[in-house]
Amino acid sequence: MDKHAASALAALGTLFALSTATLAEDKTPIKIGVLEDQSGDFALATIGKVHGIQLATKEINAKGGIDGRPIKLVIYDTQSDNRRYQEFMRRVLQRDKVDVVFAGFSSASREAYRPIVDQFKGLAFYNNQYEGGVCDANMIVTGAVPEQQFSTLLPYMMKKFGKKVYTIAADYNFGQISAEWVRDIVKENGGQMVGEEFIPLGVSQFSQTIQNIQKAKPDFVVTLLVGTAQSSYYEQALSANLKLPMASSVNVGQGYEHKRFKAPSLANMYVTTNWIEEVDNPKSKDLVKRWHAMFPDEPYINQEAENSYDAVYLYKEMVERAGSTNHDAIRKVIAKGDVCLDAPEGKVCIDPKSQHMSHTIYLAKVNEDHSISFPKIWQDVKPYWLGQVGCDLTKSNPEAQYTPSQNPKKDGK
Amino acid sequence: MDFLSGLFAFLYQTGDAFAFLVLSACGLAVIFGMMGVINLAHGEFILCGAYVSTTAAHLGLPLPFSILLGGLVAGLVGMLLERVVIRRLYARPLDTIVVTWGISMIATQGTLILLGPSMQSTGTPFGSFMVGGYGYSIYRLVLMAAAVATLALLWVIFTRTRFGVLARATIQVPHIAEALGVDTSLIYMLTFGLGAALAGLAGGLYAPTMTLVPTMGATFVIEAFVTVVVGGADIFLGTAPAAAILAVVKAGLTSWQGQLAGQIGLLVAVVLVIRVLPRGLTGFILRERA
Repeated sequence: MDKHAASALAALGTLFALSTATLAEDKTPIKIGVLEDQSGDFALATIGKVHGIQLATKEINAKGGIDGRPIKLVIYDTQSDNRRYQEFMRRVLQRDKVDVVFAGFSSASREAYRPIVDQFKGLAFYNNQYEGGVCDANMIVTGAVPEQQFSTLLPYMMKKFGKKVYTIAADYNFGQISAEWVRDIVKENGGQMVGEEFIPLGVSQFSQTIQNIQKAKPDFVVTLLVGTAQSSYYEQALSANLKLPMASSVNVGQGYEHKRFKAPSLANMYVTTNWIEEVDNPKSKDLVKRWHAMFPDEPYINQEAENSYDAVYLYKEMVERAGSTNHDAIRKVIAKGDVCLDAPEGKVCIDPKSQHMSHTIYLAKVNEDHSISFPKIWQDVKPYWLGQVGCDLTKSNPEAQYTPSQNPKKDGK
Repeated sequence: MDFLSGLFAFLYQTGDAFAFLVLSACGLAVIFGMMGVINLAHGEFILCGAYVSTTAAHLGLPLPFSILLGGLVAGLVGMLLERVVIRRLYARPLDTIVVTWGISMIATQGTLILLGPSMQSTGTPFGSFMVGGYGYSIYRLVLMAAAVATLALLWVIFTRTRFGVLARATIQVPHIAEALGVDTSLIYMLTFGLGAALAGLAGGLYAPTMTLVPTMGATFVIEAFVTVVVGGADIFLGTAPAAAILAVVKAGLTSWQGQLAGQIGLLVAVVLVIRVLPRGLTGFILRERA
C-alpha cells in the first residue's frame, strides 16, 4: 500500500469516527488529568484536592456521567516538584490526550506548567487560591485571589487592631506578589508597613525573624507562609511570647495549622477563606459527611479541596452546555457569563473576562482553644481586578500574568 | 541597658543558630566526617527521632525520656541499616549516595503513607522570658545547653572510653586494628549507630518546636552538610568551630537582611572554605599544629 492510499484511508477512518460520534450517543469516557502533589513538602495541603476530584467524579459517574459519558481520571503525583509538573503536563496532554487537566498547588508549579498548556492548546483548571493576575484563556481558576481575600481581610484587621503591619512571606512568586498586594492595600487604607521579610521555602527556624518583628512593633502580622517547613513559625513565635494578631490568606484554609499545632499557638489568627470544613451550613455539613464516608481518614478538608470538588461540577456544567469537550465551545459558554454552581460555600460563578470565580469569603478566626469562629462573611465577592486592569479573555488572550505593578493599565496600553 | 539587651539578643540568636548547626551536624559528622559514608538519609534519622519522641510524649512519657528514646530508636534503626545495607558499600562511596538517597525517599514516603501527612506536635515547654523588651523562648536555651552537652559527651566517648579509641583506630587503619584483635565490623556498626542516634536526638530535641511532617528531615540536611563540609573530618577541631563561625555568619546576616541573606551567607561560606581550605577547618587546625 502506498503512502497516499494510507493517508486517504486514515482520513476516511477519522471521518467515520467523527460521524459515529455525532450520530450515536457518545459513550467514550471524558478524561480528566489530575496533577497534584501527593508527596513532598506540599502533600499535606493537596492530597485532599485529589480526594475532592475523586469524590465528585464518583458522584457524577453514579448519576450517569457528563452528558452520558463517564469521567475517567488520569492521576499523577507531581511530588511538590516543578519539573514533574512539566513532565506530567506533557504526558497527559500528548500521550494520555486528556480533555482537561486539574493541576497545581504552588504558583511556581503553575507558572512552570502554564506555557505547556498554552503550547498544546490544552485547558487547565487551577483550583487553588493564589496571588492573582493570570490572564490566560487556557486556564480556569477556581481558587480565591487577592481582591477577594486581602481587600476584605486587611481593612478589617486595620480597623480592629491598628495600622502598623508587618509581613512575613514565602520567598517565591506567590509570596512576593501577595506582599505587593498587602503593601498597596495597607497604603490605600492609611496604614504603614513597619517591616517585610521573605522566607526561603524549606526554612524552619524563625528565632531571628521573631526578634525582627518584636523590634518593629507592628499591630498585627500578615503571615503568608507556605509549605510544612515554614509552619514551624507559629510554635516558635508563641514560645518567644510573640502574641500579636495574625492575618493570612493561606494558613488554616490550606495547611490546617490549627489542627496540627497545640493550642494556643494559632490563637488570634484571622484568615479569609472561601471554605473550610468548619463552615456551618447544610450543604457543607452534607459534603463533609459524604467526604468522610469515602475517605474516613481525611485529617482535614480545606478550601482547595472544596475548590477541586466544585471544579469537576463546573466542568460538567460547561461541557453539557457546550455539547462537547471542545475548548472553543466551552469558552463560548463561559463568555455568556452565567456558568454558576450552588457550591457548599454558596453560589459561585465564572467571570468571563478573567475566567476566575466569584466566592463567598468567610473570615475565619482561630480561638484560644483552636476552634474556629466566623466573625464576618462576605457574600458573592467577584474577581474584579483582572477585568479592571484590562484583561478580557472574551476579546484577546495574552497568556500572561499581571501584578499590581505590571499590567496593561499601568503600562498605558 | 540598650547596648546590653542588644548584646544579649545577638548572643541568643548566635547561640540558637549554633545549637541548630551542632545538633543537626553531630550525627552526620560521625557518619560522614569520620566514617566517610555520604549519608543522604541523615534527615530521616532526624525524622525518626522526632516521631518516636513525640509519640512517646503523647503516650505520657516525660519529655526528657521521650527525647532520649527518640535517639535510642534512631540508633537501633541505624545499626540495623548498617548491618543490612551500608556495610556492603564501604568501599563504594558513590554507591552509598544512591543507596542512602533511596532509603531517604522510602522513609519519607513510607511515613506519609503509614502515618499520614502530619503528626500533632506536643507544644514547646517552659514558656518565655523578657530581656529589654524582647521575648525569648526558654526552651531555646535548653537546646543550646543540649548542643554543648552533646559535644562534651562525644568528647568523652571518643577520647576517654575504650570504644572511642577502638573506633578511631578502626576508622584510621582498619587492617592493623583487625590484626590486633578488634572486631572492626562490630565497631563500624556501633559507630554508625552512634551517628544515627545523634541525629535522632536532634530530631527529638527539635520536635516540640517544629511542624511534624514526613519531610521535616530535609530542613536539617543542608545545614548539617554545610557544617560538616566546612568543619572537615574531626568533630571537635572541625564541626564545633565550624558551627560557631557559621552561627555568627547566619545570625548576623539574618538580623541585618533577613532569612534569605542568612541562607546565602551559609552557602557562600561553604564555597569560600572549600576553595581556601579543601580539608575544612580540621585540616587547617592540624596543619597549624604540625
